[in-house]
Amino acid sequence: MKRMLLAALGLLFASSAFAQDAAEEAGIDQAISDAVAPIVNPIVSTVFYSVPLFGTDFPLIVGWLVVAAVVFTVYFGFIQFRGFKHSIELVRGDYFDPKDAGEVTPFQALATALSGTVGLGNIAGVGVAVYLGGPGATFWMILAGLLGMASKFTECTLGVHYRNEYPDGTVSGGPMYYLSKGLSEQNKAALGKFLAIFFSICCIGGALGGGNMFQANQSFAQVSSIIPFFEGKGWLFGLIMAAVVGVVIIGGIKSIARVTEKVVPFMAVIYVGAALLIILMNIGGVPAAIGEIIGGAFAPTAVAGGMVGALIQGFKRAAFSNEAGIGSASIAHSAVQTRHPATEGYVALLEPFIDTVVICTMTSLVITITGSWVPDSGVTGIDLTAKAFTSNISGFGYILAIAALLFAFSTMLSWSYYGLKAWTYMFGEGQAKEIVFKVIFCIFIIIGSSMSLGPVIDFSDAMIFAMAIANIIGLYMLMPKVKALVADYQEKLRSGEIKKVT
Amino acid sequence: MADTFVVGFDGTASAKRAVQHAAVHAKAGGGTVHLVHVLEWSPYSFLTPEELNERHKRREEELARAKAIVQPIVDDLKAKGVNATCEVRHGHAGELLCEIAETKQARQIVIGRTGSTSIAARLMGSLALTLVQASPVPVTVVP
Repeated sequence: MKRMLLAALGLLFASSAFAQDAAEEAGIDQAISDAVAPIVNPIVSTVFYSVPLFGTDFPLIVGWLVVAAVVFTVYFGFIQFRGFKHSIELVRGDYFDPKDAGEVTPFQALATALSGTVGLGNIAGVGVAVYLGGPGATFWMILAGLLGMASKFTECTLGVHYRNEYPDGTVSGGPMYYLSKGLSEQNKAALGKFLAIFFSICCIGGALGGGNMFQANQSFAQVSSIIPFFEGKGWLFGLIMAAVVGVVIIGGIKSIARVTEKVVPFMAVIYVGAALLIILMNIGGVPAAIGEIIGGAFAPTAVAGGMVGALIQGFKRAAFSNEAGIGSASIAHSAVQTRHPATEGYVALLEPFIDTVVICTMTSLVITITGSWVPDSGVTGIDLTAKAFTSNISGFGYILAIAALLFAFSTMLSWSYYGLKAWTYMFGEGQAKEIVFKVIFCIFIIIGSSMSLGPVIDFSDAMIFAMAIANIIGLYMLMPKVKALVADYQEKLRSGEIKKVT
Repeated sequence: MADTFVVGFDGTASAKRAVQHAAVHAKAGGGTVHLVHVLEWSPYSFLTPEELNERHKRREEELARAKAIVQPIVDDLKAKGVNATCEVRHGHAGELLCEIAETKQARQIVIGRTGSTSIAARLMGSLALTLVQASPVPVTVVP
């Protein structure tokens, strides 16, 4: 296996060294962009098929996610508000049987799933949303986050209920399993299988897009703005990043992953702390900022098509950031130790709350409050966020660059695993097959950091949202099952069969 | 009820001396030696998705491995005519030993000395220090 790794890396280095001789450095980036664009563009335009609505194009897929979130919210009787307290109790371990010590706790499942979703979406994605949709996008983002909690609840409950538990004690779960197993219970095995395969293909695409290229691209943007050496050398940055990721996922050097997993929560705390600090420093401006956010949300005249533009951007970035309805988190949540799948639904609904309602809102408040948003200025994505933070805390750009790099890295590791799970679901397990996927994953890091932001974001969005097509069809068909599981669980809570352990 | 001696056991030489120390007392009074092997584990540590999915398997492996270390000692004690039991648990060693001592209404907790005098151990907090501060029953540290 080591030899294969070395050969693969050698090949990467050789081809890039050759390319370096052949062309100017900026030319390499351009060449990679040009080569990928014809493949990417048709996919993007299919997934984001839009209908004209109030003078702007409204992508149907965004409506698809929001309608689903509303349906689940109503169907489960506003579970995200009624069950919020119970969620906190579960994560705190109030119901965790001490006999199960050593198993995966609800806290661990939540933390791992969060480290996959809290990432550049919260820093760069919000920058994009505010740039294109104005501060009003924040309002819709929060609303989408609150609604998305119900989608997460549904998919993570199913993920645990239909997971595979193998004789050796490992588990595999996620949409591919509940789609195929759940629907075959309803005598729709063929449809279930089809949706599971469709989901898996999109999941691999999502892993390579939003879970990889977008991350590589945005962390490169941040690093190159601080270290001028890298400017225009996206391929070189990508190569380094690919080598580090490759060492972890192909070479199996777990210690790097472990260090990252420890540093990421720490960075998240620093990030939120800095955001809070800036908000406190400008406390006088908060009412005005909130006014701008709410005003912008309903304004007929804001940029990018007014209210509808803000709404589309807000919903899109929220979905991209918290992945509710996408199905990815269900893969991470499936491993938890519980006798009642519904408990994991409760735990998972905290995820969009922390990710979107808390962290994304902080970012956009900072951008709004500091007045960093200038329409049509070209300052978007992570640059906009960086500008907002540095305007109050000079030198924060460096911290942000490190945070961005680490967030990107941990998100890549999570997604490489999600993608791998989808890959092995389709092609079966086996070391050679797994290495093929991992090498492809590393190559896409180089592609991602070489391309300009637009095509990367489009592709990332397209693939991630495509996952939601299959996932949500399945969720609709399986939601009575979830309701039964939840009713059973709540009955046991009421009767005292499930009690807090004190 | 006969006296129970709870012994914190991790397979090291000093832990074995602690077992022998407890065994002498248990045999004299017709008591029981209860060996506790704690696998350090925190419900709040961070795991990668891959580790999550393998956690249940790893836990079983850890328990089996620990059991394989403790069981021979128990058998050996029984052969010598000492009542002996054991358990393997995941968690925080100090907390678990105190908890088990309390539920078993133990006479004593017996542990082996780690032999470390470094500042690191003092800052991190050793098992002996934790027990001295929190134990519900007398604690014996065997050198």
